[in-house]
Amino acid sequence: MILRLTVLLLALIALPAQAAPDIQHWTTDNGLRVYYVEAPELPMVDLRLVFDAGSARDGGRPGLARMTNALLASGAGDWDADAIAERFESVGAQYGAGAARDMAWVSLRSLNDLDWFEPALATFLAVVQAPRFPAADFERTRRQAFVALSRQAQDPGEIASKALYEAVYGDHPYAHPPLGTRESIEGLARGDLVAFHARHYVARNGVLAIVGDLDRPAAEALADRVSAGLAASEPAPALPPVPTLDEARTLRIPFPSEQAHVYLGAPGMSRGDADYFALYFGNHMLGGSGFTSRLTKAVRVERGLSYSVYSYFLPMAQQGPFLAGLQTRVDQAEEAVEVARETLATFVAQGPAAEEYRASLANITGGFPLRVASNSDIVQYLAMIGFYDLPLDYLDRFTDRIEAVTVADIRDAFARRLDPERMITVIVGGPEAE
Amino acid sequence: MRTKALLAVLLALSLLVPLLSAAGETGRSIEDTHEFILKNGMKVVVKEDHRAPVVVQQVWYKVGSSYEYGGITGISHVLEHMMFKGTSRYPNGTFSEVIAEQGGRENAFTSRDYTAYYQVLAADRLEIAMRLEADRMRNLLMREDDFQRERAVVQEERRLRTEDNPTALTYERFQATAYLNSPYGDPVIGWMQDLESLTLDDLKAWYDRWYAPNNATLVVVGDVDPDEVRRLARRYYGTIRAREVAPPKPRQEVPQQGERRVTVKAPAELPYVLLGYKVPVVLSAETEWEPYALEVLAGVLDGGSSARLSRNLVRGREIAASAGAGYNAAGRLEGLFMLDGTPAPGQPAAAIEAALRDEIRALREAPVTGDEIERVKAQVVAGEIYQRDSIQHQAMVIGTLETVGLDWRLAEDYAERIRAVTPEQVQAVARKYLVDDRLTVAHLDPQPIDPDNPPSRFDGHLR
Repeated sequence: MILRLTVLLLALIALPAQAAPDIQHWTTDNGLRVYYVEAPELPMVDLRLVFDAGSARDGGRPGLARMTNALLASGAGDWDADAIAERFESVGAQYGAGAARDMAWVSLRSLNDLDWFEPALATFLAVVQAPRFPAADFERTRRQAFVALSRQAQDPGEIASKALYEAVYGDHPYAHPPLGTRESIEGLARGDLVAFHARHYVARNGVLAIVGDLDRPAAEALADRVSAGLAASEPAPALPPVPTLDEARTLRIPFPSEQAHVYLGAPGMSRGDADYFALYFGNHMLGGSGFTSRLTKAVRVERGLSYSVYSYFLPMAQQGPFLAGLQTRVDQAEEAVEVARETLATFVAQGPAAEEYRASLANITGGFPLRVASNSDIVQYLAMIGFYDLPLDYLDRFTDRIEAVTVADIRDAFARRLDPERMITVIVGGPEAE
Repeated sequence: MRTKALLAVLLALSLLVPLLSAAGETGRSIEDTHEFILKNGMKVVVKEDHRAPVVVQQVWYKVGSSYEYGGITGISHVLEHMMFKGTSRYPNGTFSEVIAEQGGRENAFTSRDYTAYYQVLAADRLEIAMRLEADRMRNLLMREDDFQRERAVVQEERRLRTEDNPTALTYERFQATAYLNSPYGDPVIGWMQDLESLTLDDLKAWYDRWYAPNNATLVVVGDVDPDEVRRLARRYYGTIRAREVAPPKPRQEVPQQGERRVTVKAPAELPYVLLGYKVPVVLSAETEWEPYALEVLAGVLDGGSSARLSRNLVRGREIAASAGAGYNAAGRLEGLFMLDGTPAPGQPAAAIEAALRDEIRALREAPVTGDEIERVKAQVVAGEIYQRDSIQHQAMVIGTLETVGLDWRLAEDYAERIRAVTPEQVQAVARKYLVDDRLTVAHLDPQPIDPDNPPSRFDGHLR
């Protein structure tokens, strides 16, 4: 009792200043949107350049977006792959790249001392603006993609995830794996990558996030240099909306593993969705908050069925998935699926309890400072805010928006948005059915 | 995510950033780091970082899988799971609930040389985390039904991480082959049969034996006033009585006398090869610079895409789809310099083993170039700044060094020592340690992925 009181008092009195970073935003002359936070505490700079160039843009050639992104640093300007790597690493810079379904990104972390930063930036600019996609590197990267596919095929969790997306999204561009398929990768030509880069790695299809020890004029000059070498061109067109699921389906995929990997899924929500805060908050209690979430209590703590069990909404440009996952010994799979489904259905039917709501609210709002505690956290938020065109005060208002959500809002949003009777269930593991 | 039991494994397998090279300290930060010892022997290290209003508390115990012996492997990690099961004052899940209500994140991890618990939360809430963490150092309740369920969870964790993961399974058997008498041969998560035969009494005894303030280090990094942390530490941890803790037996690995090999058959699509050479660590090195030369050597092989393995094996000769090298200088006992690789399509596993050995031979035969060594040093210098972006990472470095028996100040002159390494020293450690008689090789031999014919790795008595 004494503890509770102290906790409450602390929560009332000592709410930390919800100091979100001061985000500055502008657009360069040829249309690249820039998001910048000055962070003078450490002598370093983080850049994250994102394009609407994820696998949803593969256009019938699964794997194209991912391979285009992977090849950027394999030859650009006057430099081959070895030279590019040397140029980054000889000044201690860290280059990164990747592509998911919506977004493709290229990132750079460097010291801000100009002797170190300039060579890194010059290399980064060439990689983004003038990649050459050398034929030999293309062939090698394609062979490596086959290895990545094999790695996926020996991993029951990966098999389950792939099957889930395909079942949830049907003919939608979110359905196919970003890595592609053996057939599609065999069908890719170097020219496809050149064309994909020319179409999608353009100023008006991108967002640049900058965080670090540089002032506004320096950030503007930097953004102009990134932008200047990109064609202005056009943003990618909107993706088609995601169709709703007509009926529940269960897919069983045999695999010689000791555990069954289980996913439940359905189309969830988009970034900027009107129900975003209600669904995020609700899922926090359902399966998003680790040990205090309902799924963990039911599946792990009370029954010892799984090491990891969780649920999340992955907000994307169109409706990203709602997804719940667990892994359990093959002979326990049916029981675990039953418990997870029942937990989900109960939550959708009844909504959160008052005490659960209060605790979850305290966690989300009290934990806000942790979300923006490092430059790497902030640069990712900037890129996300820019890419999905969220309001500049998204972080400032985050806790207020959460606090405005009521128990009834959550119950209402879940009832409208998540139908336990129409979900996909994927179970990978166990022998072929009799 | 409760347990990163295989953190050490991941560090070794990801084989990218040697642990010590990640140490983010500069001369200035010595002023920001404060050390003191409570009367009961508990060491406290506080590092100020005022960039954001957050703090991390970590409590590190000197116990992990390398303190275990045959028949009870995995007990340190199971105990870590049980530490979330409550005390009389904060029963059941209260610990996690209170931290969550404070907006905190918490977890724990077990490795070969340590078990550690942490909370990250708004800086003004440190006291709450301390009150809870100090309470479970001494007052843990362990109940049979909790234990039965939590053991089942750990067994699921082992199935997830090891049994159904062919490369992790290969790594486990590789370690068991490389070490004859060192406890590093046993997996952190424990052998399945040992987990099965573990009892609640075993756990209670393990807790009583190792969980004492004089066997623990408190690390606090964040937006805190060190005097205030000292006051809180005295209040919450300082009142716990010291206990006699007998140090573990030495169990240094006997000298290896010839190459060892092991093959692991598992359902898989891809072959995989692991090589490990017996090498000293900072604690055991006869010559002070040798571990640092080994770190530089790891960087020359795998310090980014310009390093030799990427350049020569992944691009260049295109023998590997991926290849890595790594070395952890901060072990309690002697360890391995490791290399691993997955062959490129059409390449046999033997080719990648040969190619990795060619790279080692080249390091024995000729000194590395000035450019290569300068690149490694540049990455270390920059890395020291980058690592300061994460308070958790800074705390990890301090906690690891202290808990294996080194000193957190070692991180302070790490870059200095790396800068002092010469090409000749790199060649000297290659010649002395990276030799066939110190080598263990493991091959994953992929078996058909046939759902009706699963491997039976243990006798089915678990059902």
